[in-house]
Amino acid sequence: MKVHNTLATQTTRRVFATGAISVVAALALSACGGSASTAPSSEAAKQDLKAAGAGTITMWVDAERSPALKDITEKFKSDTGIEVKLVVKDFAAVRDDFITQVPTGQGPDLIVGPHDWIGKFVQNGVIAPVELGDKASQFQDSSIKAMTYNGAVYGVPYAIENIALLRNTSIVDSKASTLDEVVANGKKAVAEGKATFPFLVGMDPKQGDPYHLYPLQSSMGSQVFGKNADGGYDAKQLLIGDAAGVEFAKKLAAWGDAGEKIINSNITGDIAKEKFLAGESAYFLTGPWNVPDVQKKGIKFAVDELPTAGGEAAQPFIGVNGFFISAKSANALATNEFVTNYLTSESAQDSMYTAGGRPPALKASFEKAASDPVVEAFGKIGATGVPMPAIPEMSAVWADWGATELAIIKGQGDPAEAWAKMAASIKSKIGG
Amino acid sequence: MPKPDLHEPPASAASTTPVQPPRGTAHPKVAHQDAAHRTIRNGLRGPDSIKGTILKIVLLGLVDAFAVYVLMMLFLSQSWAALAVSSLVVLAINWIYLRRGGLPAKYLAPGVLFLLVFQVLVVFFSGYIAFTNYGDGHNSTKEDAIAAIQLTAQKRVPDSPAYKAAVLTKGDTFYLLFTDPSGKAQIGSTDEPLTEVSGAGKDSTGKANSLPGYETLKFQEIVANQQEILKITVPVSENPADGTLRTADGSTAYQFKPALRYDTATDTFTDSDTGTAYRDNGKGAFADANGETLATGWKIDVGMANFARAFTDPSLRGPLLGVILWTFTFSVASVALTFALGLFLAITFNREDLRGKKVYRILMILPYAFPAFLSGLVWSGILNPEFGWLNQTLLGGAHIGWLTDPVLAKISVLVVNVWLGFPYMFLVCTGALQSLPTEIDEAARMDGASPWRVFRSIKLPLLLVSVAPLLISSFAFNFNNFNVIYMLTGGGPRFADTDRDIGATDILITLVYKVAFGQGTGRDYGLASALAIIIFIIVATISAISFKQTKALEDVN
Repeated sequence: MKVHNTLATQTTRRVFATGAISVVAALALSACGGSASTAPSSEAAKQDLKAAGAGTITMWVDAERSPALKDITEKFKSDTGIEVKLVVKDFAAVRDDFITQVPTGQGPDLIVGPHDWIGKFVQNGVIAPVELGDKASQFQDSSIKAMTYNGAVYGVPYAIENIALLRNTSIVDSKASTLDEVVANGKKAVAEGKATFPFLVGMDPKQGDPYHLYPLQSSMGSQVFGKNADGGYDAKQLLIGDAAGVEFAKKLAAWGDAGEKIINSNITGDIAKEKFLAGESAYFLTGPWNVPDVQKKGIKFAVDELPTAGGEAAQPFIGVNGFFISAKSANALATNEFVTNYLTSESAQDSMYTAGGRPPALKASFEKAASDPVVEAFGKIGATGVPMPAIPEMSAVWADWGATELAIIKGQGDPAEAWAKMAASIKSKIGG
Repeated sequence: MPKPDLHEPPASAASTTPVQPPRGTAHPKVAHQDAAHRTIRNGLRGPDSIKGTILKIVLLGLVDAFAVYVLMMLFLSQSWAALAVSSLVVLAINWIYLRRGGLPAKYLAPGVLFLLVFQVLVVFFSGYIAFTNYGDGHNSTKEDAIAAIQLTAQKRVPDSPAYKAAVLTKGDTFYLLFTDPSGKAQIGSTDEPLTEVSGAGKDSTGKANSLPGYETLKFQEIVANQQEILKITVPVSENPADGTLRTADGSTAYQFKPALRYDTATDTFTDSDTGTAYRDNGKGAFADANGETLATGWKIDVGMANFARAFTDPSLRGPLLGVILWTFTFSVASVALTFALGLFLAITFNREDLRGKKVYRILMILPYAFPAFLSGLVWSGILNPEFGWLNQTLLGGAHIGWLTDPVLAKISVLVVNVWLGFPYMFLVCTGALQSLPTEIDEAARMDGASPWRVFRSIKLPLLLVSVAPLLISSFAFNFNNFNVIYMLTGGGPRFADTDRDIGATDILITLVYKVAFGQGTGRDYGLASALAIIIFIIVATISAISFKQTKALEDVN
């Protein structure tokens, strides 16, 4: 074992690397080799880092979040001499790219994404746990709970996302707590000619939208998975097909195309947004991502708690965005330092909020952001939510769940039968 | 419909289309031959011109410089096989271009090289994947899987204190100096369990950071030696059950205990609490006696299992036959309808005396000018049962499920595909019609043939000689027409009799996509590659037979 201190001799491989780089530089007559660092104080140390292949940390991030990380990466560089390279990737493909590239050694050290990727990442052996220690208590409980998988924390959260009920206050001026009241208000508005639709929620024409409908389902006591001893979801306890779920399915048919038409299978997310922006409905079940456009349009709105359809609380799924460390990071120690001691800082979480507008996961940052009543309202509703299941089995649930709900909403077949069939199909896929 | 994109290199269309090249540009083939002749003449007369030589040296120098860089990187990453192959390629390139003569090789080398890298290699790689279980949960090698399981099995001991840590060194060994929450300083290394020390120097936060006889590492030095430092596991006591202290960032340490222990000799993971043993189950995963597997597995070769699954997996077998039938219907009908419509319009607009012909032709080509995936999305909006323009405006508020009824969805997909594809056929047929000799037409008319008879017995057979290969390629393209299906219906409406997300308008390629990218059951690249190979075999067989048939057509000429 040898300590590479600043005077340590290079191994032959590194001599060769230096030689190779200069030869290439000479051949290509380019300035590639000339990225000399500017701070002279730790010049020697920096060279040493480069020699150990630890001069940079690579992070995959999407275009929207990349600027928000500039300040904190610069601070890290001036403190440690290690550069964090932000590689902008297409969000739609980044998860699968990460899974395929980490094993080849070409993957990044860090990736930004939602917590429900964790299951797939662990299944494919591409991320490492992060120990936050006492820092965990500085984050909102729900965010740490979401980042916990099989009893270990896998990411540093920075934002929490969940849906709420937007109400156009110039059409309906008072808050309602149950779906029946909401629908009654909405219908009254339609009858008075103030609106065209009593209630709006976007439905994907192919997959439905179980995510948006989940609060209604959970308020009727129906859940997807049960939980095991350590509080994580347990794939062996598939609860979706239980009696409460069947009740929900029946209600869904009653709300659907063949019933009251509160949930309309032909209204896509885009159409729902368009209609709400046009003032054609008092209610819109959606997330914070649609709020900026509503504000821009000048619509007076309130963020209401999710309406209940049954006797229990309407719990939305919460999605937590965070940073994950690659299992094969060649620079794991520096990456851990950056993640646990820099990205958890208030300033980093503040700037992520400024860029993305999503309620911060760090309590101190959230309190600052909560001066905006919209953030505060969404945050309050999120605190009652449950993390979206991150177990890989969940991906087997989504497709069946969505397609079945869509069919029920369209009035195809008997709801109870369709629901039971869906539960059986999911069960056969996850082998439970 | 065939568009000059990745799926169909325009070059193949150009070489078989009888469309005349635009005036003013020399035929590329002719230009090549010219250059070739010139070079040969030069070669016979004497050395190349100075300009040519300099250009050659510069270009070859750039290629070699890049090659040397790549070779060195390969050497550093110790990829010996890749290094050997690359060296051979570099030598071959230099030999081809430095020697005199061998002109055809000089022209062919770049093309062949790119063909090998971007086509042959890719085809062989997906061929290889078809014989593995590569997919979610089987993502990498066994070593990686073991390392990942060990990594995730490390659980922090509940209610254990958080330590501050400093990295020290004495001789050749790294030590961690811990400060527990009460301020007590302890030192240890992998071989030496935790022992309390006195006389440690402390910083302003009360963290012990130095000890006489030891050297403290600065952060840069810690990072430079991180691989060693991350491996340090300091036993908390003589009893291994108490767990070990580790640091992940060089400044804090926590007490961990592995939930699973790996034994190299027996190749088993053992659960520390229950004692359950997980063994290699031969399917690329560790499993206990009940068949319960650990989450992370690895990639193994599975032979023909993926091909067998394509035909035996009940959730695939049922819909597979329907999907294959629909794929054939879709591609044959698409080709027939677009060709019929394109030909009809081409003949209509080929009249010499038609006014505003150019305007019509431009309008005709417009659907071809939009990206297919965009048109797909727009059409799916137009066909929305309640809010779509078709139902709302044209049909006065009717509720027709254009994309949600299985039969109507199939018809809609075909109609949209005809809309997208007829301009191509229109272009091709217009070109082919214009190149037909007018004398035959005139002669037939003189003999008293009716226009229909002229078309059926003279124009169509002549047309088919040049257009038939394009019809075949159009068939192959539509067989794999992913954009239209995926953007318009996403394959839906779903079949009721399968667990998988497969629907009435799914063609084979969208089915493969859904299998590979896990719309429901996780990604399965192995099965997807096997299905892709089956598709390849089908398309290749049909194309080969069809091309043979077109040879007969050529005899008409």
